[in-house]
Amino acid sequence: MHFDHLRQRPIMNEYTKPLPPINEQSRPFWQAALERRLILPRCNHCETFHTYFEPWCSQCGGEGVHWEELSGMGRIWANCRFHKVYFPGFAEVVPYNVAMVELDEGPRIMTNIVGIPTGTLEEMPIGMRVQAVFENINQEVTLVKFKPAPLNSNR
Amino acid sequence: MSLISKRKDSVAVVGVGNTPYGALHGHDATSLGIWALRNAAQDAGIELHDIDGLICQRLTDYQKFVQITNTTPKLVTSLPGAGRMTGGTIQIAVQAILSGMLETVAVVYGNDGKTAGARYGGKGDNYGTGADQMWFPYGMTSPGAVHSMLYQRHAHLYGTTNEQLGAVAMAFRKHAILNPNAVMRKPMNIDDYMSSKFIAEPLRLLDYCLINDGGVAMILTNGERAKDMKNKPVYIRGITQLSRLAQGELPEDFGFEAMQRASKVVHEMAEVDQKDVDALMIYDNFTPIVLFTLEGFGYCPRGEGGRFVESGVLELGGRYPTNTNGGHLSESYMQGWNLQAEAIRQLRGELGHRQVPNANIVQYLQGGPLCTSIIYGRDPS
Repeated sequence: MHFDHLRQRPIMNEYTKPLPPINEQSRPFWQAALERRLILPRCNHCETFHTYFEPWCSQCGGEGVHWEELSGMGRIWANCRFHKVYFPGFAEVVPYNVAMVELDEGPRIMTNIVGIPTGTLEEMPIGMRVQAVFENINQEVTLVKFKPAPLNSNR
Repeated sequence: MSLISKRKDSVAVVGVGNTPYGALHGHDATSLGIWALRNAAQDAGIELHDIDGLICQRLTDYQKFVQITNTTPKLVTSLPGAGRMTGGTIQIAVQAILSGMLETVAVVYGNDGKTAGARYGGKGDNYGTGADQMWFPYGMTSPGAVHSMLYQRHAHLYGTTNEQLGAVAMAFRKHAILNPNAVMRKPMNIDDYMSSKFIAEPLRLLDYCLINDGGVAMILTNGERAKDMKNKPVYIRGITQLSRLAQGELPEDFGFEAMQRASKVVHEMAEVDQKDVDALMIYDNFTPIVLFTLEGFGYCPRGEGGRFVESGVLELGGRYPTNTNGGHLSESYMQGWNLQAEAIRQLRGELGHRQVPNANIVQYLQGGPLCTSIIYGRDPS
């Protein structure tokens, strides 16, 4: 039997956006995301949260981190909206937003804002309260995205 | 105090050369560097074999470079093709001359980004530490998007507007119209600017620099030798860098503190301050950084960059004519190098319709994250 002609068809729901190259240092972060938890490395000495996975602290110079769970609550710190396609996997979704969210515990991470009506920047202004949502991609990767937080969530 | 400030004529630029800018088929980056160097040597009135140091940037093939130029340098090296490295490349040349280790140094840049299809953003992009892990899955990439986000912060904090960014783009376009070597010479008004397409909204195409092919080279030597050269020397009165990346690519102060520190060092070295400066060359890969840079280097109060540029201050005839060649936005993105060439030519008084009258001091500014500044002077003191 010849099935080659079937392979030409795009596989439905195939995920073509970039996936993170998970390594030994970042694995706990991605494992936690699968479990719908947001964790980050925290300096053993000065308690600064890191958004990189090397064990050295840029703030105090110390070595050694532990993982700590964050509330998942934060505010939009910066935003923009991509109209140009840099990754083929995003071609279908331009324009799409990217935000840097400042978490209540201090660190800032890149993300996308979901759950806004049409996706314009006006709907996701700097300062807006947001909360983490977990978008499962595959068996290894769950992305940490954010949605507008309820009004009573002000810190 | 630095060696430069003990004797202000200790290092001079005695030759400058460049290629045309645009799509230059058949030339790789190394070839474009050779082309520019030949022009610079001719400008300086020297032979290539007079050069004893070759400090290159973005050139990929130093072997071909040394072979075809038939030079015998005591030092040859090539720094990465990031515009942030431009000041550092020149800094190394200055240090080598000040130490006496080298006498006649060529700093050479070649960029085949247009014909080679260079991309700033997407797979393989190294802008942003760990971007493949924490940025790409969300579609975040490119220096332009980072500057778009920084601009949004600036607008949020200080009320900066897109029309103010447009004022920067239009000022540099006006200058480019006077420059036969500029790639973009079509007049631009605010409607043209505001209707150009979004790339990383709110930044538009006309907020972005122009990727092109080209090369630039300069010949530097010590003050003694400079006296015997064909051209009147242009002196490097001050040069410094301050790199600060602890907050990654999106510093919450727009690099202000680092620029303030760099500014203090370079002005003390040159023994001039902002009021002595006749023209500015500002690294303009995107329009917002021009505002951040003017603030950081003390040309306007913090947060006032937008309102400052609205007044026409950057245009020829304004108090601080800036990027009189059109800059990266309208001449070509030569990653700081075409700005060095323009500074030298302003100080030699060679620029005709776009000449700043009686230019004596020109300052080059790069806003970060490797904050760099060079103060060039026509006179040795």
